Amino acid sequence: MSESNTDRPIEQPEGEIKIETRGLNLFYDAFRALTDINVAIPARQITALIGPSGCGKSSFLRCLNRMNDLIDDARVEGDVLLDGGSIYEDDTDVAQLRKRVGMVFQTPNPFPMSIYDNVAYGPRLHGFGGRDSLGEVVEKSLRGAALWDEVKDNLRKSALDLSGGQQQRLSIARVLAVGPDVLLMDEPCSALDPTATFRIEELMLELMERYTIVIVTHNMYQASRVSQHTGFFLLGELIEYGSTVGIFENPKDQRTDDYVRGRFG
Amino acid sequence: MRVLPRVTPRISQAIAFALLWMAALMVILPVTALLVVMFVKGRGSLSWSLVTSTEAGGLLAPIVGTTALVTLTAVIVAPVGVAAAIYLSEYARAGRLVRLIRLAIVNLAGVPSVVYGLFGLALFVMLLHFGRCLLAGACTMALLVLPLVITAAEEALRQVPRRLREASFALGATRWQTVRRVVLPNALPGIITGLILSVGRAAGETAPILFTAAFYSLTDPFPKSLFDPIEVLSYRLFVIATEVPRIEEGEKWATAAVLVALVLGLNALAVIARARLRRARRW
Ligand SMILES: Nc1ncnc2c1ncn2[C@@H]1O[C@H](COP(=O)(O)OP(=O)(O)OP(=O)(O)O)[C@@H](O)[C@H]1O
Ligand SMILES: [Mg+2]
Repeated sequence: MSESNTDRPIEQPEGEIKIETRGLNLFYDAFRALTDINVAIPARQITALIGPSGCGKSSFLRCLNRMNDLIDDARVEGDVLLDGGSIYEDDTDVAQLRKRVGMVFQTPNPFPMSIYDNVAYGPRLHGFGGRDSLGEVVEKSLRGAALWDEVKDNLRKSALDLSGGQQQRLSIARVLAVGPDVLLMDEPCSALDPTATFRIEELMLELMERYTIVIVTHNMYQASRVSQHTGFFLLGELIEYGSTVGIFENPKDQRTDDYVRGRFG
Repeated sequence: MRVLPRVTPRISQAIAFALLWMAALMVILPVTALLVVMFVKGRGSLSWSLVTSTEAGGLLAPIVGTTALVTLTAVIVAPVGVAAAIYLSEYARAGRLVRLIRLAIVNLAGVPSVVYGLFGLALFVMLLHFGRCLLAGACTMALLVLPLVITAAEEALRQVPRRLREASFALGATRWQTVRRVVLPNALPGIITGLILSVGRAAGETAPILFTAAFYSLTDPFPKSLFDPIEVLSYRLFVIATEVPRIEEGEKWATAAVLVALVLGLNALAVIARARLRRARRW
């Protein structure tokens, strides 16, 4: 552990940086789940986070929209900058932050309401006015999530009647409707079959034009297919970070090499 | 050294089953016996006119009084109970205050109902000058069932899956928005059921209204306002069983049957309400 971060093969990306963490540590009570994470996430690209189960990928993701605030004994040290500004200031408006940094969860979690109301949930929270324009937002978001054609005649149907893959795209539409810049996706395809997974991957590549995406995945192929940057976590530490091609074809750390070749984890 | 022959698993299983079955049966027996006795003894006096008349022995006034009491109790206890449950399940972080509140709830639930009656007399009837009346009785009943309502509502709130709350927070909802738009609507069936079951308990209680609300009158049976005393079924039964001489045995049992029917009716209502509301809500 004494090995300092600067010795690590951590290669910060060029160009516009959307999110930057500085000496980020996360504790659950006395347990240190993340150790000194320094990483820069590029704007309007896809960054994949990989690593064996329990290494802190979800914990890291949840630091980026402060979802860990909801866990009583979680404590964050260090800082996270979004567009250069800290999101851990005393006066940070957390609701406003989560509007900008949307999150899609591992299991689809539609509200037990209609498809329409699910997508309209966010805009309504944030004081959306006119009815017509709300309908437009819903349509645009569903189109953005590649779900519109399948549900446009059934917007009043319960969201729980959709298939798992459709529900996951609904979750994405629901986030898009709030108008975020960043999408955090925590294993968004782990509950889906290959066809549904393929659709979500296609969708991510489309969304990349407008959104900064960070995805946690256990699927090496998925990471290499969709992402431009990849970070490898192990036991709460960021072991290696750089271009996806580099990480998969020419990893610098032996542990990364073992992991991406499926030799452990 | 083994004296008894070895008991095979088959036999021990058979013995265990028989004992457990008999224990379960013992729950059914007294209830059935009670209902049968009540019905057989009260049958002679049970009639439509009994429940619709205000003449001597007629039960219309106590039925109306009990209904008013139960309704007002629910109206008073619901906001406080649900609000407290929301605080405990959605806002409070584990700590000394929460432990204190939980301790208070457990202890409140353990206080004998007659003590509530005395407390209601001191607080609502005397100190606040309500007098012996519907309002004082309902306030006392509300205190009595408050711990039940809080516990039931909290249970219902906790049933709402965590991932729905997380989805809401992740969309930028505040805690209150999440409670108001996601948690509460989904917990409502459970809350309503718990509320009805709790106040159903109140419908059968005598002690809390003994000093605070109940009276026995042949002349002016119906309350005109919240500040009038009321006739209550449980109290009527208590009076005719202990204080009025020469009351026919059948009339007592008939009164008891009506009281039990009212309480069971409320329980049935709770079950139906839950089934109805559940159908509309899944996750
Ligand atoms: N709420 C919590 N309280 C205490 N410890 C936690 C909590 N959540 C996670 N942890 C611990 O933090 C570590 C990292 O967990 P995390 O969920 O971030 O891992 P992960 O990389 O997402 O794993 P997976 O791939 O299985 O989802 C684990 O050791 C886990 O036990
Ligand atoms: Mg995880």
